[in-house]
Parts: sequence; structure tokens; C-alpha cells
Amino acid sequence: MNPLSVVARTVCNLFAWFLAVFGIYVIVHGHLTPGGGFQGGAVVATFMAFLLVAHGGRKMQSWVRKELFTLMECIGLTVFISAGLLGMSNTFFFNFLAKAGGLFGSTVPLGPNPGALNTSGTIALMNLSVGLEVVGGLSMILLYMFSGVHPEEPFGREETGHDR
Amino acid sequence: MKARILFLVSILVVGGLLWSGLQAVHPFGEPNAAPMDDYFIANAQSEAAANNVVTSIVFDYRGFDTLGEGAVLFTAVISVAALFRKRGQH
Amino acid sequence: MTGNFPYLVVGILFVMGFIGIVFEKNLVKIAIAVSVVEAATNLFIITLGYRSGGSIPVWTMAGSGSSRMVLPTPQALTLTAIVIGLATTALMLSFAMSIYRHYGSLDVRDVRRLRG
Repeated sequence: MNPLSVVARTVCNLFAWFLAVFGIYVIVHGHLTPGGGFQGGAVVATFMAFLLVAHGGRKMQSWVRKELFTLMECIGLTVFISAGLLGMSNTFFFNFLAKAGGLFGSTVPLGPNPGALNTSGTIALMNLSVGLEVVGGLSMILLYMFSGVHPEEPFGREETGHDR
Repeated sequence: MKARILFLVSILVVGGLLWSGLQAVHPFGEPNAAPMDDYFIANAQSEAAANNVVTSIVFDYRGFDTLGEGAVLFTAVISVAALFRKRGQH
Repeated sequence: MTGNFPYLVVGILFVMGFIGIVFEKNLVKIAIAVSVVEAATNLFIITLGYRSGGSIPVWTMAGSGSSRMVLPTPQALTLTAIVIGLATTALMLSFAMSIYRHYGSLDVRDVRRLRG
């Protein structure tokens, strides 16, 4: 896939990072404002798609490898399941960190209030892990579908150096 | 050509039946009765300690559905990766 | 009649997507029509949970005085449905690419042989 013109590449270099920062903000503040893990993860995956379209496939292969996104997705799913299993003394997925005073453990005053970030227990942990999983999964789908367009060309570094 | 006309007529019949069934759904803006949602709105701040009621439903009251959704996303990524293997890879 | 306008929009979208699935010949256009049907279903689930004069079910910086809030449960179920629709669309497009690589054309009338 060929890169686009110099105008498109310059605009991408200037504005793509706003997408990344906004996506991480939507993920982290999931328990206070509308948003959460799935919505913020989709915004950060749009940032990856923006880079892929503007700079072309060859430069993208020299910047990132597919193993990074596989690692992100597996870490996200593992943290999600273990956050559910750790509260197993009551039930599966019991919110054992809420109102407990430790990590993410403050109480919330009832009624309308400006939100505090330290609240809501395992919900904030699950937001972060689901956000990681969605970013890794959607970027992997993009990179695999891109490498399947021209199947006869080598992809990245795996096909070179079979004598290693 | 005959199959197309038959299909369009059958779509109109099924659409008419669905439309008459949709009249029994409550009018737009007044749900019939929602005791479960009133409980969620009233008690999400004291039990789940979160300001956002929708997130506390997705991750705390109904966390099982989110576990199934993570499995669906994982399966989709594995299936796409398995479809685009190169020839000669084990 | 104008009070139930969202239900009419849902019905029109669903029928348009369904006609697209049956009458189209290009594989990519069939995938787009399936996506339209899924969008109509998600819209139907959300509009079932509306209370007139209600605000979003979030307590952060909510207005003073307790106005009614809309029902939050249909919004939570629609999140799962959107992600499932994404997985379905990604797999359908990957199958379209495989079929093009194997048969050389994206027309459904050419893809009839059952041998590999």
C-alpha cells in the first residue's frame, strides 16, 4: 500500500496524538463519565488505523511488530479473569475493592457530585484491562488483514534469515 | 423474475404482521414498569461505589456478559489470524 | 403516529438491509447490508429504554433536583451487541478476501463449485 501525499502525512503527524490522548482519557475515566473500556479502546485503535493509512504499509512494518499487540491482548484478558477470581471468597466477580480503603477504595457521596478518580474498586481495573484487550485485538485484525492483501510479499522480519 | 415478485410479496406480508405486533410495544417514552432499573439507579453509588450507572451494570452487576464478550473478541482475532497464514508455515 | 417515529425508522432500516442481503450480487455489498441490519437492531434496543424528559444515567455533575433518568440496562446490553457485530463484519470481509484470492472474482454467481 503506497503512502499518501506529503500534506496528508504532515496532518497525520500533527493530529494523530490527540486521538491517542483522548482515547486513553475515555478509558481511564470510565467509572465517572460516559465511556469505558470498549469505547476508549476503539478510539485508540482508530489512531493505529490512521497511521497505517497515511504512512503506508512498509513504514508501519518497520515501526511495530505483531508480537507487541498479541502480548497486550493476552495481558488484558488475564488481568480481567484474575480480577474476577480474586473475590472468590464471596462470589465470582465480587467487587472486593470497593469501599475498602486500599487501591481504588474510597467511598462516594450519594447524589450528584463531581467525581473522584480513586473510587469504584475492581470496575476501574476491569476498565483498564478491557481497554488493553480491545486495542490489541483491533490492531491485530488490521495488521493481519493488511498483510493478506498481497500474500506473495514477505511481511516484516519473520520471513528473512531462515539460517538463524 | 417470478421468484423476485414472490419474495417481495412475502416481505410485505411478514412486514405487515411485524408491524401489527409492534403496536403492542409501549409508546415511545413511557416504559411499562422498571423495578430493576430503579434499583440500579438508586443503589449504584452505595454498593458499587461508581458514579456511572451503565459501567457499574456492565462490569459489576452483569460481569458475566462482559466475560463472554471478551471471549468473542478473542475468538474473532484468532480466526482472522488463522485465515491469513502463509503457505509453508507450520 | 409521529410519537412512535423511532420505531418506524427501525423498521425501514431493517427492511432495506434485508432487501440488500437477498438481491445483491457483490460480496462486499452483502457484508454492508448485514451491517445495516445489525445497526437497526441496536437502535431498537436503545429506544426501548427511553423515559420522556429523562437525562443520562450518570451521577457525575448531574443537575440539581432529581429529574428522571433513562433506563440504563438496554444501553449495557447494546454495548455487547455492537462488539459482536464488529467481530462478524471482520470475519465476513476476511472470507470475501479469501474467496477473491481463490476464485478471481467477487460475484456470488461465480462461486458455485464445491470442490476445493
